[in-house]
Amino acid sequence: MREKILVGLAGLAGLLLVRNLYVMLLELPDEAAQGAIYRIIFFHVPAAWTAFVCFFVALVASVLYLLRKNLRYDAVAVSATEVGLAFGAVNLVTGMIWARIIWGIWWTWDARLTSMLVCWLLYAGYLMLRRAVEDPTLRARFAAVFSIFAFVDVPIVWFSIKWWRTQHPGPVVWGGGSMDPAMYQMLFLNWVPVLLLGAVLTLLRMRLEETQRAVEALRQFR
Amino acid sequence: MRFVRQALAIAAKDLRAEMRTKEAWNASLAFALVILLLFSFAFEPTAEQTREIAGGLLWLVFAFAGALILNRSFARELPNDCLDALVASPVAPAALYLGKALASFLLLTAVELVALPVFGVFYNVRWTAQFWPLMLVLVLGTWALTVIGTIFSALTVNLRLRELMLPTLVYPLLVPGLMAAMQLMTPLVVGQPLGPELYDWLKLLAGFDIIFTALSLALVETVLVG
Repeated sequence: MREKILVGLAGLAGLLLVRNLYVMLLELPDEAAQGAIYRIIFFHVPAAWTAFVCFFVALVASVLYLLRKNLRYDAVAVSATEVGLAFGAVNLVTGMIWARIIWGIWWTWDARLTSMLVCWLLYAGYLMLRRAVEDPTLRARFAAVFSIFAFVDVPIVWFSIKWWRTQHPGPVVWGGGSMDPAMYQMLFLNWVPVLLLGAVLTLLRMRLEETQRAVEALRQFR
Repeated sequence: MRFVRQALAIAAKDLRAEMRTKEAWNASLAFALVILLLFSFAFEPTAEQTREIAGGLLWLVFAFAGALILNRSFARELPNDCLDALVASPVAPAALYLGKALASFLLLTAVELVALPVFGVFYNVRWTAQFWPLMLVLVLGTWALTVIGTIFSALTVNLRLRELMLPTLVYPLLVPGLMAAMQLMTPLVVGQPLGPELYDWLKLLAGFDIIFTALSLALVETVLVG
């Protein structure tokens, strides 16, 4: 059953993606100021949103783990965090490619870039912490605590860096103009398959985590 | 009341143990001085440009020196299974945490108070001109360092690669607090008063302290006991 749901969701994500790519590449015109490269936003922004959804899911799962002490919640937390990190990386890399072409530089210490990088490093720390703990229940407990700390920290990071950079203005982030409605709509339309893909990957990763746990349990009776 | 007494007893115990061995203090102070020396090779120490980054430099020194003290905070209890005894004792985990944070805070502040005049001499800044505002920022920033450092000292104490894990986990979390402290310290350490545009940073730093003190107190029992 679970297998069928996974395949179904992945298929749906694939279909939507093909449809969106068709509209994006063939129907929507090039953006007036930026040319063809603006299309990267249809993946750049949904990737960021998906990453934050993943980190939020990880937070909820971490709190639930601490309350219920059920290792399934830990599996959800680690899977969501890993997938969130992957989408965060997509966000950072696509952003850098766009910046290279529009701004002429790969990176600038703008508020959004800096806070996304800090956020990414925080959750990378989460995975490192997990690797350093042998005992599964101890690992789940420590990781859950760290996940809560990280999630509380991210909004503070965002506000502080925004203040910092508004005092010393950086390069223009966005043309300042508003987006064409058709393009704006596409942004949300493309979020659907990206989010679905995130869900499929999280479920796959959870299955892996559970199999791994089963193997570990069997090893104990060797 | 009982809670405060317990926390103070833990802090006094930690400080007494530290006074006798001086292991964390010596390492931290020596490290801070070495970094101050190394910075002088990275850029021209007396140049005007140094004044603009003075606050950032100092907090980097304090954060590095702090990691050495915080690493020892719970690691000190590992020999003879002292940590198990402490957790099993009638002391509340939150009181244990607060006592340890207080001890680390005092130690790190002491290191900073030695490093500051050295910085003033080496880098030719008049840091005493704004003494009390500077002390306020020092206290708030150091508390931010110790409050997060102590809970993660408890969390990483039994891990492989403990000494590496603590700074890797703590520094990204500290970004807002350190940034505020750096912003505030930069004018103060060269003797200029705090402008009103910096009050928001002071609020951010204080808020950061309050949020993470509350979160750590709420979660320390989970970390130590489960």
